[in-house]
Amino acid sequence: MNLITPDGGLLFWMVLIFGIVLFILAKWGFPVITSAVDSRSARIEESLRQAEQARAQLEGLAKEQEEMIARTHAEQARILKEAAHSRDEIIRAAREEASVQTYEMLEHARERIEREKQDAIREVRREMALLSVQVAEKVLRDRLGHEDEQLSLARRYADELSVSDKAGAPADASESSAKVQS
Amino acid sequence: MKRLALIIVMLVLPFFGPALAQDAAAPGQAAYAAPEHQSAAAVETRPEEQQPAISDVIFEHIGDAYEWHLLNWGDKSLALHLPVILYKDGWHLFSSARLEGGESYEGFRIAPKGEKHEGKIVDAEGNRPFDISITKNVLSLIMGSLLLLVLVLLTARWYRTHDAGKDAPKGLAACMEPLVMMVHDMARENIGEKDFRRYSPYLCTAFLFILLNNFLGIVPIFPGGANLTGNIACTLVLALFTFFSVNLTGTKHYYEEIFNPDVPGFLKPIMAVIEVFSALVKPISLTIRLFANMLAGHIQLLCMVCIIFIMAKYGGVLLGGMSFISVLFGIFLDVLELLISFIQAYIFTMLSSIYIGLARQD
Repeated sequence: MNLITPDGGLLFWMVLIFGIVLFILAKWGFPVITSAVDSRSARIEESLRQAEQARAQLEGLAKEQEEMIARTHAEQARILKEAAHSRDEIIRAAREEASVQTYEMLEHARERIEREKQDAIREVRREMALLSVQVAEKVLRDRLGHEDEQLSLARRYADELSVSDKAGAPADASESSAKVQS
Repeated sequence: MKRLALIIVMLVLPFFGPALAQDAAAPGQAAYAAPEHQSAAAVETRPEEQQPAISDVIFEHIGDAYEWHLLNWGDKSLALHLPVILYKDGWHLFSSARLEGGESYEGFRIAPKGEKHEGKIVDAEGNRPFDISITKNVLSLIMGSLLLLVLVLLTARWYRTHDAGKDAPKGLAACMEPLVMMVHDMARENIGEKDFRRYSPYLCTAFLFILLNNFLGIVPIFPGGANLTGNIACTLVLALFTFFSVNLTGTKHYYEEIFNPDVPGFLKPIMAVIEVFSALVKPISLTIRLFANMLAGHIQLLCMVCIIFIMAKYGGVLLGGMSFISVLFGIFLDVLELLISFIQAYIFTMLSSIYIGLARQD
C-alpha cells in the first residue's frame, strides 16, 4: 500500500527543505535565542546569589550593630561605675591627705611655738641674768664703798659657801637670800 | 489566558467540521457524492455501495495528491493545481491540471485505481518516472518551513535587538521562548553539559517542525490540512536525521558497545548483530511512531465527519442525532489531536536527544 511506502519525491524535497531549514535555524535562529536566554538565566542566578550575599551581609551588620550597642552599654555602665568609684576614692584620699596635712601643720606649729617659747624663756632668762648681774653690780658698787661692809660681805660669803657646800642651794636662791639679807 | 484559548478552540472547531465535510464532498468522488443528492428521495440505497467511497474519501485526505483541492462551489470545485516535475529522457515540467480526469500529457498519466502505482504519475507502460513534483505535501512542507523560518528568525531578531538580561520577552518571543528552552533544557539533560549545544539546534528545529506541521495538519482549510507529519516519507527523513546525528558523531565508547561489547568471546558476534539491529530499529521506531499517530488522528477526525454523510440517507432524526454526536466527538478529537500533536513532537525530540546522549557517553 502506498501509505507505508515512502514516496521518492517527498523524500527528496523533505531532505532538501528540512536540511535548508535546519542549516538556517542552526546558524541564525536557535543559538541566538538559547544563548540569550542562557546568559539571562546566568545573570538571574548571579543576581540571586548577590542578593543572598547582600542579605547575609546586612544580617551580619545588624548583628554587629546590636553587639556594638550592647558593648557600648556595658562600657558605659563600667565607666560610670569606675567614675563613681574613683570619685569616692579621690574624695577619701583628699580627706585623708587633708587630715594628715592638718595634723602635720598643727604639729609643726606646735613644735615651733614650743621652740619659740623656749627661745623666749631662754632670752628672758639671759636678760634677767644680765639685769640681775648689773643690779648686783650696782648694789655691790654701792655697798662695797665701805671697808667693813666689804669684810662683812666676805664673811657672809664665806658662810654661805660653807652652807652651800652642804645644801648645794642654787645660786639664785643664795643670791636672792643675799639680797633679802642685805 | 489558557481558558480563553480553549474557548476559542471550542468555538472555532465546530466550523471546521462542516468545512471538512465540504472538503469531503469532492467531485471526482461521484460514487460518494451520489448519496448526498439522493438522500432526500432514495433512502433504500444499500449502504454497502457507499462503504468503499467513504474509505476513498478518507484515504484521499490522508494521502498525497498532485493538486490541492480547496473547496466546492456549487458544481464547481476549486483546486490548486501544482507543478509536476518529472525526469524521464529529459526533464518534464507541467501543471497537474493537464492530468485531471485521468488524461494523459507528454506520455504521463495518473495511475487509476487498481493499478500498481495507484494515484501516482506513471508513464505509458505503467512505470514510475523520477518524480519530484510539488505535491500537496511538498507545498505544505514548503509553507510550513517558511512559517517556521519566519517565526524562529523573528524571535531570534527580538533577542538580537534586545538585551535579554534587561527586557522581558514580549509577543512572539515570549511565545517561542518556552518551547525552544524546553527542548534546549531537554538536550542539556539528556546529552550532557559538555556538548549538548552542538545538538540543541537540531532538536529545536525537529521539535518545532513537527509541532508546527502537526498543528497545520489539524487546520482543515487551505494553508493547513495536508497530512505531512502523517506521511511516512516525512517522518522517515526526520528519523534519518536523528540516526545520522547519533551514528556519525558517536564516541569511541559507543562504537565499542556496538561492535565489541564487554561479553564473553563467543557472544561477541551475536551481540554485535543485535546491537547493529537495535541501532537500525531506533530510527524505524521513530518513523513509525510519529507517522502512525498523526495518520490515526487524521483518520479518526475524518471518520467523525464522514458519519454525518453516511447517516444522511437514514432520515432527519438519525442524521440530526448522529451529526450532533459526531460534531461533539469531532470537537473532542480535535482537542485530543492538539494534545497528541504536542506529545508526539515532544516524544520524537526526547527520544532523539536520548539516543544522541547514549552515543555521547564516554
